Amino acid sequence: MQPAIEIQHLRKSFGSMQALKGVSLQVPQGDFFALLGPNGAGKTTLINALAGLSRPDSGVLRLMGHDVLKDYRAARRSVGVVPQELVFDPFFTVRETLRIQSGYFGLRHNDDWIDDILFNLQLADKAEANMRTLSGGMKRRVLIAQALVHRPPVIVLDEPTAGVDVELRQSLWKFIQRLNQKEGHTILLTTHYLDEAEALCRRVAILKQGQIVAMDELHHLLQSYHSDSLEEVFVAILHQDESVRGP
Amino acid sequence: MQGFRTLLFKEILRFWKVWFQTILAPLISTLLYLLVFAQVMAGRPTLYPGVTYGAFLIPGLVMMSMLQNAFANTSSSLVQSKVTGNLVFILLTPLSTWEFYWAYVLAAVVRGVLVGSVVWLTAWFFFELPLAHGLWLAIFTLLATIMAGSLGILAGIWAEKFDQMAVWQNFVILPLTFLSGAFYSIHALPPFWAQMTRFNPFFYAIDGFRYGLLGVGDVSPWTSLFVVGTTGLALSWLTLAVLRSGWRLRT
Ligand SMILES: Nc1ncnc2c1ncn2[C@@H]1O[C@H](COP(=O)(O)OP(=O)(O)O)[C@@H](O)[C@H]1O
Ligand SMILES: [Mg+2]
Repeated sequence: MQPAIEIQHLRKSFGSMQALKGVSLQVPQGDFFALLGPNGAGKTTLINALAGLSRPDSGVLRLMGHDVLKDYRAARRSVGVVPQELVFDPFFTVRETLRIQSGYFGLRHNDDWIDDILFNLQLADKAEANMRTLSGGMKRRVLIAQALVHRPPVIVLDEPTAGVDVELRQSLWKFIQRLNQKEGHTILLTTHYLDEAEALCRRVAILKQGQIVAMDELHHLLQSYHSDSLEEVFVAILHQDESVRGP
Repeated sequence: MQGFRTLLFKEILRFWKVWFQTILAPLISTLLYLLVFAQVMAGRPTLYPGVTYGAFLIPGLVMMSMLQNAFANTSSSLVQSKVTGNLVFILLTPLSTWEFYWAYVLAAVVRGVLVGSVVWLTAWFFFELPLAHGLWLAIFTLLATIMAGSLGILAGIWAEKFDQMAVWQNFVILPLTFLSGAFYSIHALPPFWAQMTRFNPFFYAIDGFRYGLLGVGDVSPWTSLFVVGTTGLALSWLTLAVLRSGWRLRT
C-alpha cells in the first residue's frame, strides 16, 4: 500500500540558515505519527513544505502518492493542515468560515458533516458566532474544523493543543483518535506535550536542527532506552546526539 | 469551478459586509467632488459645444471611483489576509492561480461597478445625462476595473504591511487618477502636463468612458480601447506570472 506521507531528501534554507538538511520519512496509511523536536528544529518548515505553503530547495514530497508540486490539486485534497499560528478571518462567522472552506474544495452541501465536526469539537453553540468573538481555544478548534471539512485521508496538526485547556484537550484527542481508529485517517502531529505524544502515537520521529536523529515505533524506542517515559528518551536522544556528532 | 465560485463569493461578501466603508464612503467623497467642482466651475464653458461642466465631470468621477475601488478591493483584501495570516486558508486549497486571479479580479469588477453605479444614479438626479454609446461604456467599465483590480493584486502581493499600501495609494493611484483628465480636458492643460497625461492609462479609461456616456472625448475611443486593453492584458499576464511563481505568498 502507498504510504500516506512520503518525504525524500527534503532540503530548505532561509538565507544561509539551513532549516531542513535532507530529511526523509515515510508515514504509512492509518498511522498515528508524532514529529517531535525542540523549538526551531524545523517541524513547521517541514509541514509547510508538505502543505505547499513553502517551496522546498530540493527533495520529493508526496501525499497519498501525489507529488505536492506537480500534482498539487490531488495532493491538497488528500491533506488537512492545522497551522501552528492562530489565524482566522474576522469577517465571517464560524459556520460561514466552514462553508467557505468546503466550497474551496468543491463541496457545496456539506452542512451535515460541518455540524458533526462542530459537535465533536464542542463548537455547536458557537456556529453563528463571529470569529472575532471566540476565545483562543475556540479559534484553535475552528482551525481544526477547517482542516477536516473535506474529509482528508491525511491530517496534519502543528501543535494543535497549544492554548487549549486540559479538559478540552482530552475531548479533542478523543475525536482525533476516533478519526484515526474508526475512520482510518492518517495523523501527523507535532506537540510540545510529550505525554500527549506518548499516550496517542504509534511512531515518533525526533527532529533536531533540521535532521532526524531518531525514528521508530514508540514502544521500540522506549524499550531500547530501557525507559517508560518518552520525555526521558527525548532528553537522552538530544544529548547523546550532541556527544556522538560533535564537531 | 465550485472552488472559484466560492472564492468569488467570499471576496464579494467581504466588502459587502462592510458596505459602509466600501460603497457608501466612496460614494460620499465622490459626490463631494461633484458638488464642489460643479459649483465652482458652473457656467464655465467646456471645450465641447453643448456639454456643461457638470456633465463633463460626471463620467470622469464615475470612472475614477470605479478605478480606485477596484484597486482598493483586491489590494486591501490581500494585504489584510497576508497580515492576519488567513491567506493560508486559500493557499491550502486545490485552487489554481487562474481561479485565484479571476475570483479576486471579478470581485473587484463587481465592487467598481457597484460604486460607479450608485455615483452615476445619484448624479442622474441632479444633472441631465445622456447615454451615447452603451457598448463603449460597458467595455471601458469592464476593462478598466480588470486593469485596476490586477494592479491591486500586484500591490497586495508586494506589500507586507498596511503602511506599504499607503505608498501605492499616495504615489501611484492618487497621481494617476488626478492626472487623468477626470476634472478637465487635457486640451486645457499646459503642453508638458498634457503630454504627461498621454502616458497615463487611467486617462484613456476615463476618456473612453466619457465617450460612451457623452459621445465626445479628447481622443478616439479606439485609441483608448487599444491602450486600456493592452495595459489590462499586460497587467493580467504579469499578475498571473507573479501568482504562479509564489513570490511573497509561498515562502
Ligand atoms: N520564513 C522564515 N524565514 C526565515 N527563517 C525561518 C522562516 N521560517 C522558519 N525559519 C527558521 O527555520 C528554523 C526552523 O523553524 P520552524 O520550522 O518554525 O521550527 P519548529 O516548528 O520546529 O519550532 C528556525 O530557526 C526558524 O527561525
Ligand atoms: Mg513550529
